[in-house]
Formats: sequence, C-alpha cells, structure tokens
Amino acid sequence: MPTIKIDGIDFDSPPGWTVLEVARFLGLDIPTLCHYDGLEPWGACRLCLVEVFDANGSKLVSSCTHPVSEGLDIKTATKRVIKTRNMVLELLISECPSSKVLQDMASKLGLNRVRIAPKWKDCILCGLCVRVCEEQMMAGAIQFGNRGQHLEVSPPFDIKSDLCRQCGACMQICPVITLRCDGADAATVLCNGCYNETQPSCADEFDSYDCWMGLKGECGTCYQVIETKKEE
Amino acid sequence: MCEGLGCGGSKPGMNELRESLIQAVDLHNLSDDVKVDFTGCHGFCQKGPIVVIEPEGTFYTHVKPKDANAIIKQHFIKSEPVKRLLYKDAETGKYIQNYDEVPFYKNQQRIILRNCGHINPEKIEDYISEGGYKALQKSLCDYEPLEVIEEIKKSGLRGRGGAGFSTGMKWSFCRQSPGEPKYIICNADEGDPGAFMDRSILEADPHSVIEGMIIAAYAMGATKGYIYVRAEYPVAVRRFRIATEDARINRFLGENILDTNFSFDIEIYEGAGAFVCGEETALIASIMGKRGNPVPRPPYPTTTGVWGKPTSINNVKTFATVPVIINRGAEWYSSIGTEDSKGTAIFALTGKITNSGLIEVQFGTTLREIIFDIGGGVPNGYEFKGVQTGGPSGGCLPASLLDLPVDYKNMAQSGSILGSGGMIVLDNNDCMVKLANYFLNFIQEESCGKCVPCRVGVKAMYDILQRIIDGQGEMEDLDLLEELADTVKLASLCGLGQTAPNPVLTTIKYFRDEYISHIVDKSCPAKECQALIKFAIDEGLCTGCTICFQSCPTHAIIGRKGERHTIDPLRCTQCGICEASCPSKAIIKLDRCEMEKVVLV
Repeated sequence: MPTIKIDGIDFDSPPGWTVLEVARFLGLDIPTLCHYDGLEPWGACRLCLVEVFDANGSKLVSSCTHPVSEGLDIKTATKRVIKTRNMVLELLISECPSSKVLQDMASKLGLNRVRIAPKWKDCILCGLCVRVCEEQMMAGAIQFGNRGQHLEVSPPFDIKSDLCRQCGACMQICPVITLRCDGADAATVLCNGCYNETQPSCADEFDSYDCWMGLKGECGTCYQVIETKKEE
Repeated sequence: MCEGLGCGGSKPGMNELRESLIQAVDLHNLSDDVKVDFTGCHGFCQKGPIVVIEPEGTFYTHVKPKDANAIIKQHFIKSEPVKRLLYKDAETGKYIQNYDEVPFYKNQQRIILRNCGHINPEKIEDYISEGGYKALQKSLCDYEPLEVIEEIKKSGLRGRGGAGFSTGMKWSFCRQSPGEPKYIICNADEGDPGAFMDRSILEADPHSVIEGMIIAAYAMGATKGYIYVRAEYPVAVRRFRIATEDARINRFLGENILDTNFSFDIEIYEGAGAFVCGEETALIASIMGKRGNPVPRPPYPTTTGVWGKPTSINNVKTFATVPVIINRGAEWYSSIGTEDSKGTAIFALTGKITNSGLIEVQFGTTLREIIFDIGGGVPNGYEFKGVQTGGPSGGCLPASLLDLPVDYKNMAQSGSILGSGGMIVLDNNDCMVKLANYFLNFIQEESCGKCVPCRVGVKAMYDILQRIIDGQGEMEDLDLLEELADTVKLASLCGLGQTAPNPVLTTIKYFRDEYISHIVDKSCPAKECQALIKFAIDEGLCTGCTICFQSCPTHAIIGRKGERHTIDPLRCTQCGICEASCPSKAIIKLDRCEMEKVVLV
C-alpha cells in the first residue's frame, strides 16, 4: 500500500486510488466539475487541481486523474492552488454565467469578480454528456467535433443519431442545464448570492486554506487569531 | 543536386533541372565519368536550387535548367568552375568554390544531418556506403540490450522533440515496464510554424531514422514501431516508405533481423493535420484511431501507451542521432556540447535573416554565432530586434541575450524553450505584441479544446492582445494578461497549453515598453499594428505616377498624373498595398507621435 501525505495527514492508500478519492475519503473538500463517480476520469475542467511536492519543487496536477504512488506529498489548498483554481473558475463563468452550478461554486470558493467579457454560451464543453452516453448508456450517440475555439458537442455530421435512445442521461448529468436563481437573462455576470464574506482565512498567514476543522475559514476563528496577532 | 522541398523537389521545375543536367552530360559524352543524382535537403534553402559536384564539393547556387549546359561544359571539360553560380560572400565579395568553406557550413557541426545532401535518400546502398547499418550490426552482435541503453545513458542524449528528457532513462523505463508487446513510436508530427528539420531528415536520410528505431527497439525489446508523420509531408512519407521497403529486402526489418532472433517492423501512420497530435498522449490516441485528445500524465506512455502497452516515443532527430552514438561511442558524443546538454542541436533559421535554412551546431554555441556567423545577420540594413525560439511554445529573446550559449538549461532560464528548434529572427519592423498575438491565434486554433485553461484562457489572452493592438488596451489588461498566462501555464492539461503563454510572458518580460507604448501612447514603435499607424505620402519623393492611386482598393489616394498624391485618412484602411506598390518609396508609415507632429506642422 503506498503511503502518501495529504495536507499533512499520513495515509496508507489502497493501490490504484486517485488523489481525489483519497481526499474525499478523508473528508477533504476538492471542488470538481467534469468528474463524476462511475465515469472514467477526464481531467479537463482543471478545478480539482492540487499541488504535488517533490525534490524538484512542486507542480499542479488534476487530482481526479493523478494516481497515488509511494511517498506522494500533496497539499489540496495552497495559495497557488486557490489562485489558479479561482482563475479557472473565472474563465468558466465568463463562458456561461447562466449556470447555477458555476455560480454556486463561485460563491463557495470566494470568487467575486470576473474580468473577462462574458460570452453567455450554453455549453461549457465539460464532456460529461459525451462520456455518460458512451460509458454508461453504451450508445456513443454524441461526440466532440472540431477543435480549439470551434469545439462542440454534437451527433455525428450534426444529424439526429440512430444510436440515440433519448434516454435523457446527457440532460440529467449536464452541469449547466440548471439556470441560476435570477434566470438566464441575469443582469450581472456573477450572482454571489450565497457569497460568504468571511472568506479570507489562514491562507495569508500559513500559505494554506486547509483548516484542521475541515472548514475553509467560514468560522473565522483563524482570521480572528491573525487579527489579534497583527494587533499585538 | 538537391531535391529537398525548399529547392523545389515537389515542383516540376526541379525534374527539368535534373533532365537538363542529364542531357548536358549526354551531349558532351561524359556519361561514363559523370553521374547525375539527387539528394535530400542541404539546409541552405536560401540559395536553392543547389547543385554540388562531388567528390571535390564545388557548390553551385540558384541553378536554373538553362545553366546545366554551362556547368557540365565549363566544369568538366574546361575544368574551371562557373563563377557566376558560385556562392558569393556578402562581406568580402569573394566567390567561394568549396562547400566546406562557405561560412554557412564552415561554422556548423553536422552529426544528425551527416548524410543530408550527400546521399540519395532513395538508395539504401548510398546509406550503407556511408557506414550505415553498421551501428545496427554492432548493437545486435556485440551488445546486450541493456548495454545499448547504458551507452545511450552515458552519452547524455536528451530528447530532441523539445522537452529534453533523457533518452536513455526513457528507454530503460519502457524496458522495465511490465507488459508485452512493447511499442516504439517515432514522432514526426512537426507542426511549428517555421520549423522543417524533421521533414528534411526524413527526406534526405530516412535510413538513419530507421536504423535508430531498430536499435531502440532492440534495446527495449519492442517488436513493433510506428512512425507518426504528417500527411502534409508527402515527399517525406514517400521516401520513408521506399526506405522501409529497401530495409526489409536487406533484412534490416522484419523477422529475424540479420539472422538473429530479433524481429521488428515499422508501420507508417499519417497524421491528419492536428498540431496537438505532436503531444505524445494525443499522438497515441490518434494512432489508436481515437480523437487526438491529450490525457493527463501519469500514467506515462512508458507504462501505458499504445493499446495500453509500454511505449517509448522519440523524435526523428533523437533516432537519427542513435546510430552515430553507437558507432563512435558514448564518450565521443558526450565530449560535444555543454555540461547538461550533450551533442548538437538542429535549428531552422527563418524570418528576417540573410541565410535562411537548416543548421546544426553543438550545444553551447551562442545565439550571436548562430544568427550572425552562420545566418549572416539581418538583411536590408535593418536592426536585429529579437529571436523567437521553439515556435509557438517558445519565447522571444531580445538582443541583450545574444551572447547566451544555447542549451536546455539556459533557454529554460530565459523563459523560452529549445523546443523542436525553430528560430524566427525579427528585425525592428516586427511588433512584439503582434508576434505574441500571432502565436496565440495559432494555439487557440490548434488547441484540442479539452481543458478550460487552454481553450478559454488562451482565447481570453488573445482577445486582450487584440484589444491592445487595436489601440483599446488599458494598463489593467497587462496585469490580467500576466495572471492569465500564469494560470494557463500552471493549470493546462498537456504541454501545448503549459507552454502556450511563453511568447506572451517573454515579450512582456523583455519588451514591456512596447506593450506600454501600445496601451498608453496608442503607438506601435514597429509601425506594424494597422490601427495605430497612418500612411502618408512624402511629397518630396512622390513623382505622381498614379500607381498607388490605381492599386488602392478603397480609393483613398487623391491626385492626378504628374501631381503629388495625398492620402485621404478617412478612407484609408492601412492595408499597406500602396506602400508595396510605390516605385519611388514615397509612401511612409507614421506612428502616433509622428502623426501629432505632422498635424502640428
């Protein structure tokens, strides 16, 4: 069994697990979007980034695809991770501000500005529908077409596919199909309705958002400690 | 005679040259003494079509079919060279007869390109007579597979595809991984703008790649090899196919190679034109018939590659180097180059440079030596401004780094990468913002679109640069641009996205003032960004010939024949057609500061 260290916790991981599975087992919260239990890891949304430390320094990897190996040293919420993750979410929201899933995540992660012009698209190309159709429904009726800026999800040749049984799995799994509370034509790019003001936490002082209570600064205790320290 | 693509191997004119040379030989009854044959690329594409008289190595440039008779008559019958076709040194004005004395070749050290331009790529005998397939015999008969890997490790050879991972290490990982059969892949999916070294090697010396692949397969215990080559390289594909067939006939490929119990064969796989398929995991997906999407590593291809089996992917240049290392020994090879980068590197010199073409120098050569001694510097009297190395994944290095010795470490420290070896030289007419914008446009078109940072982030960066070029940029944009670049670099899934911001980051690092003058002064110092310049006519130089008047697509030029013309700024779209058409160079570009001066006058 590979022994790994995740947010300072030593853990004997069953072989073949991914970092995300270990983190979830231990109750460490890593946000995900394109990950879905029961589907093969895809690693495209890049929200589940964690920092892996080794002798040569550190790098960011997607936890949903990174397999555990002996001696792995991981931190799930360093400053670098948070900054990059928020930027990725900012990019995603600029694509599709009407999604409830993304708006909720923005409030939770403390994202309160979007500096990129919103596109108001309908699809964020997370690939969940393509994968559920192929892997669980065994249909493969929709696929990615084109590439780069022209990437799209469509049935082959853009005509109704004979393979589609209209099971609705693609709709059920779609993260942007639920509209945000103020509807599709919201005036603002960010809703931040559930935004928690006590977001600033240990990160500034300890270079990690990891709260030993399993919180992310919501209780504000660490914040107060830091404030008291500053006053002293 | 060179029949590389640059000299016109694909054009009908080149066969005409070959035919006229053969006719000329027949005409003078020299067919017993003179043999006309063709080779692959010589590298000096600027001077093509090239004809070399072997064995003494007389070097004729810009040869046209009508020159054939003169060459044969004067060179072989009168025994004196045709002076007007010889290479003329730009500085001294002297004609140089010998191949090796031309400065372009004199300063190079050709190891990977050893045979390019000297042998007929479609004849296996030519390759064998140059010592080809000796390394294969040596490895199969004298070495155990592990000894071959040891030798490669000792030589310090690093992958020539760009990342520079130790080849010996990769081979030993692949060998140690459980799973049979093992595969090797030769990555010839070269797509960088302005890079053509892999194509040249495949066209000029395909057998060296095949030999390298067989040795690699022997070392790793692989039984099957693929070469993934772009379908846009038809000549390379054709010559490589001929070479594999010849190698099979000569028992270098197939069952029981050279009567040993080692069997190996190569399959040619033509890529369908996606740049991202040069990334190893996307390449593997493509070979398996899937969409060319990269997948996160680990697992690395050396454990799970093609069909889930251990696979080693190496570049064309890496394979072409292997036979030399085996032949001449690891110690000899590791004596060339610098501490951490052994051997030689190939660069494709293009852009604003006198001698464009393919060069090979040892690691540790400075950029100055490459660009000025071999490349001959910037033509037309313009000033050297920078060099973009490594294509769209690389960075742009300024003139202050000209004395930087080129190796993997130095390039990475300066923010660029060695990459596959493209080198685009820029002069003071090139706008750095526009250059970064150009490369980002390339990436956003060629990205597979799978991961968010690369698909959305690069597009956002591109939009910001476009705003700056259009004169609508703000200083906050620059901060956002840097933040986006960091995110794309850190968070992208594959090497394409991780290196995509390099052109932006390096141009901001070394040419920040140029960005600021675009944003604050709304002025393009290189006078390239159309929205920030105005065209005007120098009244002293204009002769009133009406050529610009006729060529202007928007009828923005006013003036009658014989009178001085003026440009209506409201109609002018800054397309630059008039500037190109003016015979007396009377049309000038003005940046914002100059415009204000003109208005004041």
